[in-house]
Amino acid sequence: MSAISRDDVAHLASLARIELTEQELNDYAGQLDVILTAVASISEVAADDIPPTTHAVPVVNVFREDVVTPSLDRDSVLDHAPAAEDGRFRVPRILDEE
Amino acid sequence: MSAPLIDFDEVIANFDPVLGLEVHVELGTASKMFCGCATEFGAEPNTQVCPTCLGLPGSLPVVNGTAVESAIRIGLALNCSIASWCRFARKNYFYPDMPKNFQTSQYDEPICFEGYLDVDVETDEGTRTFRVEIERAHMEEDTGKSLHVGGSTGRIHGADFSLVDYNRAGIPLIEIVTKPLEGAGKYAPEVAKAYVGALRDLLRGLGVSDVKMEQGSLRCDVNLSLRTSPDAPLGTRTETKNVNSLRSVERAIRYEMQRQAALLADGTAIIQETRHWHEDTGVTTSGRVKSDAEDYRYFPEPDLVPVAPSAEWIEQLRSQLPEPPAERSKRLRQEWGISEKEMQSVINAGALDLVLATIAEGADPAASRKWWLGELARRANDEGVELESLAITAKQVADLEALVQSGRLNDKLARQVIDGVLAGEGEPAAVADSRGLQIVSDDSALLAAINEAIAADPDAAQKIRDGKVAAAGALVGAVMKATQGQADAGRVRELVLQELGQ
Repeated sequence: MSAISRDDVAHLASLARIELTEQELNDYAGQLDVILTAVASISEVAADDIPPTTHAVPVVNVFREDVVTPSLDRDSVLDHAPAAEDGRFRVPRILDEE
Repeated sequence: MSAPLIDFDEVIANFDPVLGLEVHVELGTASKMFCGCATEFGAEPNTQVCPTCLGLPGSLPVVNGTAVESAIRIGLALNCSIASWCRFARKNYFYPDMPKNFQTSQYDEPICFEGYLDVDVETDEGTRTFRVEIERAHMEEDTGKSLHVGGSTGRIHGADFSLVDYNRAGIPLIEIVTKPLEGAGKYAPEVAKAYVGALRDLLRGLGVSDVKMEQGSLRCDVNLSLRTSPDAPLGTRTETKNVNSLRSVERAIRYEMQRQAALLADGTAIIQETRHWHEDTGVTTSGRVKSDAEDYRYFPEPDLVPVAPSAEWIEQLRSQLPEPPAERSKRLRQEWGISEKEMQSVINAGALDLVLATIAEGADPAASRKWWLGELARRANDEGVELESLAITAKQVADLEALVQSGRLNDKLARQVIDGVLAGEGEPAAVADSRGLQIVSDDSALLAAINEAIAADPDAAQKIRDGKVAAAGALVGAVMKATQGQADAGRVRELVLQELGQ
């Protein structure tokens, strides 16, 4: 059984707002299946007493002091936005009328 | 707009409510959760932003240690277990309130889990304690604020475009989620209100947040479902957002119970959806329908390392927790010599901290309670705001009471001074001066008014001469009216009786 179906890929693509053609869905399903199967072999050797690795270096509790540092200049920030108005980022309509 | 409702008593006769509450608390840290931007409320839009909270490429987050400490303290105060190791996770979604396109949150490894908070609610059978079980409390970051422009309603639906301010994006947030609360029955709205109120007091006592509901630093979402009996399976729930005052918590639940019951009684299924509470009209309206497509693709945040609080750190924080609100209220009740019910009314009115602050400013406990629970509670209710939002401070109330104690003001004049203080006319003494409020203590001035009152009402005067001193009330009332309330009623009474040979 494959590790990922074509439908799974289509679902993920829609969640990620990526438009894929029929051909691409088939291609990626096949390629991702190879990758996931390869990665799954790790589970075969990972016993319950081995914690999952989330970082290359086993380090915890990296905190900073609660100290305010300077923010960016607003004009320079908004200069990089596609559109701005009243000191705010202007974004396209989010939801259509009900 | 408003849906058909059925009578609340009828809801209770036919249905059993199950509640769940999600409370978001903005922590009062100086800087944001993952960057050093300031967190000041009300700053000019987009002036507290940096590459990290704007999600610019190449920026990396670093956890605010104070926020983690606050999270642990909140968990401990809520009787939670603290995770010995947990991670942050990315919650991915497409919505412009987070410029990164994900919110850094915690998913299946919350820092605090399995706790409870006991709340007292007045029932027909006296005070009853309800245990609200806490499922989890986790760390995350707040989102930006959107202003929806155009369209018919100023709401997100149908707006032409939106304007976004990211000052709030990245402010540390703790989300506290209850387990389903069952068995509250008709007291469900009160239990929810008492829970949010108790949580607010607890958070304030910890000093981790300013917990101002009107400024959004404490926000509440209410999940509610109905079932036909406590044995029946859980019904379909709705999640009501934007419930941003204690009063609204109670009202929104009551409304949602009545709305859902009307639908169910009519044989209509409840739609699982997000609903919005409208404070002004007192109704909820449909928002987003929750569907299976809601999939946030959570995964562990690769840019942050795990948080692993040591047992020593946790125990150190536990040992420094302030007195729990329930124990504090018991202690104060004994100090003030008041009943549990009287104490409960102080707490329910959201007046405990205000009363304590007023006592700290020199007023005695009874007078402090009297002002906050009486006149000021009435004003807050009239204005539809929380007591603490009134434009009068504990110091001003204590000063007002000092003016009463000194004999300058009586309660009636003091109420006029409150009018002035609330209207922004200044400190109590200044308001009394500028409005010319002062008890008439000059006996000769009072006697003139008394003699006029006697002349105007010879019947009452005769009764008093005959020994019916209760009739003095009519004459005292006339004198108070003649002096526009600026007399000490006790002194007037003494003088009336004296004049009439009693």
